[in-house]
Amino acid sequence: MKIAVCIKQVPDTAEVRINRETGTLIREGVPSIINPYDTHAIEAALSIREMLGGTVCAVTMGPPQAEASLREAISLGVDEAFLVTGREFAGADTLATACALSGVIKKIGADLIICGKQAIDGDTAQVGPEVAEFLDIPHVSYVKKIIEVNAESIKVERMMDDGSDIVEAGLPALITVVRELNTPRLPSLKGKMNAKKAEIKKMGAAELGLPPEVVGFNGSPTQVKKIFTPGPRGGRKQLEGPLEEQIDALINELLEKKCL
Amino acid sequence: MSLKIDKTKCMGCGACITVCPYDAIVIEEGVARIGEYCQLCQACLSSCPEGAIMERKEDQAAVPSEDLASWRGVWVFAEQREGRVAPVAFELLGEGRKLASARGTELSAVLFGASRNDAAELVKWGADKVYYCGDDIFRGFADEPNAELLSRLISKHKPEVVLAGATAIGRSFLPRVAARLKTGLTADCTSLDIETDTGNLIQTRPAYGGNIMASILSPRTRPQMATVRPKVMKTGRYETGRHGEIIDIDAAGIKARTRVLETIKATESGVNVNLQEADVIISGGRGLKGKEGFEMLKELARLLNGTVGASRAAVDEGWIPYCHQVGQTGKTVCPKLYIACGISGAVQHLVGMQSSDVIVAINKNPEAPIFSAATYGLVGDLNEVVPLLIKKLRERKGGQ
Repeated sequence: MKIAVCIKQVPDTAEVRINRETGTLIREGVPSIINPYDTHAIEAALSIREMLGGTVCAVTMGPPQAEASLREAISLGVDEAFLVTGREFAGADTLATACALSGVIKKIGADLIICGKQAIDGDTAQVGPEVAEFLDIPHVSYVKKIIEVNAESIKVERMMDDGSDIVEAGLPALITVVRELNTPRLPSLKGKMNAKKAEIKKMGAAELGLPPEVVGFNGSPTQVKKIFTPGPRGGRKQLEGPLEEQIDALINELLEKKCL
Repeated sequence: MSLKIDKTKCMGCGACITVCPYDAIVIEEGVARIGEYCQLCQACLSSCPEGAIMERKEDQAAVPSEDLASWRGVWVFAEQREGRVAPVAFELLGEGRKLASARGTELSAVLFGASRNDAAELVKWGADKVYYCGDDIFRGFADEPNAELLSRLISKHKPEVVLAGATAIGRSFLPRVAARLKTGLTADCTSLDIETDTGNLIQTRPAYGGNIMASILSPRTRPQMATVRPKVMKTGRYETGRHGEIIDIDAAGIKARTRVLETIKATESGVNVNLQEADVIISGGRGLKGKEGFEMLKELARLLNGTVGASRAAVDEGWIPYCHQVGQTGKTVCPKLYIACGISGAVQHLVGMQSSDVIVAINKNPEAPIFSAATYGLVGDLNEVVPLLIKKLRERKGGQ
C-alpha cells in the first residue's frame, strides 16, 4: 500500500493577533505548525502502514521554510517527503494548490491519499476534494473512523451534519479526516534523528510538467480583493443584582429579542 | 502578479518585514527588497506608511468581457438528505433573488433527489426555474454523481453565479465541480454582494480563525461559485401562488465510485445534533465538571427546542461526543441564540460561534474572554444559574 499525505505548514492561528490601527495580521513571533488536521492524516497513514505494510510519503506545497513541516512528518515515521516549491506557485488559491499537489501525486503514485479536513488559516476544506477531482478518483470527506482497509477498497464512517454515513470506496481514493479519527503520536528519538538527515525532494512546476498558467497566481480563479478586521460586537450587557433578578432580566431581554 | 517596492518612496523602516509571514522581505542599502520567498499574500501592502509597496497585475491575461457576459442567471443548489430539502436552500433563494434582481436575470434552483413536489416548493420559495432530477442515485449522498450532473448542467446553461450551502454536503462536492470547470469557488461565505456593472460577485468570508475577513472575487472565470454558511442569509417570501417551471433532468450514464452502506442519525435523548440548523444552542465547557452537567444542558435545550454544543475542552474530557464540538476544530454555528455555559472563550471557540445573533455567557469568572463576545453576560455558578433558569422558564411556559 502506497499512501500519500497532503500537509500544510500554517501559522498557529490561535496566536495570531490583529493590529487594530492598520487592520493587518501581526505574525511576528507566531509559530509555524503542521496544520492540526493534517497531523491526524499522518497518524492514519502510519497506522494503516503498520497494518498492511507499504510506504507513507508526505507532500506539501509552500515556500522553502515549509521543509520544516516535512521534517517533522518524517520524525513521526513518514518514509519520504516532497516539497513543491518555487516562485511560480506563489499566490495560489485552492484550485491552483490542488493542481500542484495532484501533479506531484501523479508523479509518485499512491493507492490512498489522506488529507486533513481543512487548514486552519484558510478554513476552506476545498483542496482535498479538488485533488481527488484532478486525479479522477473518488473521495470521502470528514472521515471520523476507518472501519476497514485492504488493497482494493476502504470502508469509513463519515461525519454529516445530522449524524454519519458508512461509506465504501474502491482504491485509489482520497479521504479527508477530522480530529475524532485518532490521537497523533509523538516523534520518537529515532524519528528525530531520521528527520535531521532525510532528503527532502524539491520539485518545481517544470519537473511536474505543469505549465505556468495553471499554477500559482495565474492558475487561481479567485483573488483576494480586500482584507479587513471584523468590527467588535456591540451591545454587550452585563447583568447585575441578585441571581433571581438577573435571570428574570435575561428572560425578559430574550423574549423581547424573540429568541425564546 | 507581483509586488514591487517604489524605491523613491521606501524609507527602509522595516514595517513590512514585521508583517511578512514568510520572511520574504529584506532591507538592502536602506530600502526594502521583496525576495523569492514572497507568496503574494499582500500582508505587506497596507503595512507601509509611505505607500511604497504596489501590486502589479501585468502577468495576467485579460479576459474578453463578452466571454463573461454570455453567462447569465443565478443558481441555487438545493441540497437534500434522505428526501428532506435542507432549510439553507430557502435562505439561498432569498439571497439569490437579490443578486438576480441586481443583475436583471433569472433565479433557478437545482434539486437532485427528493420529490417533484419538493421541486414545486422551491418555486414557492422564489425560484423561477427548477432543474430537477429524481434518479435513485441521489438517494444516499455521493460526491461524484452530484458533481457530474451539476457540472453538466452548468456547462449547458451557463449561469453566472452558483450558490450552495456551506454544509457537509455542499463543502464536500462543490470543490469537485470547481476543479472540473476550472472556476473559482469561495468557501463558507457570510456575506455576498454583486457589482452590477461587471457582475463580479463579492464573496466575504472569515479567515485566519475568524481574525480577519476577506472579500474574494473571481473576475476572470464563470460561473462564480460560493458555499454560504447556513442561518446567515434570510429566507425569501414563501408564496403559494407563485408559478415557475420545473425542468426534468436525466441522470443517464452517471456513476458513483463511493457507496453509502448505512446512514446513522445522531439523536441523543430527543436532542438533535444538527448544530448548523439549530435556532438555539446551549453549549457547555470545562466549567460543567462532568457528563452530568450536560444532562442539565440537555434539559434546557429540550425546553427551548434547541440543541447542545460543547467546547473542545469538554469533548476532550470525554463528557460529550465530538459531533457536538463548536469552534475551530469542530463546527461553525450561527443560531439565533447561543448560551455558553462554563466556557472560558478561547479564540478557537469564539470563531465557531461569534456570528450567532444573541450570545449569552454564563461563567463564574468575570474576567473570562467569553464575556467579550457576549450580548448578555451573567456571572455566577452554573449549578445555580442553569437550574434556576430552567425553573423560571417552566413557570413562564406554564403561565402562558
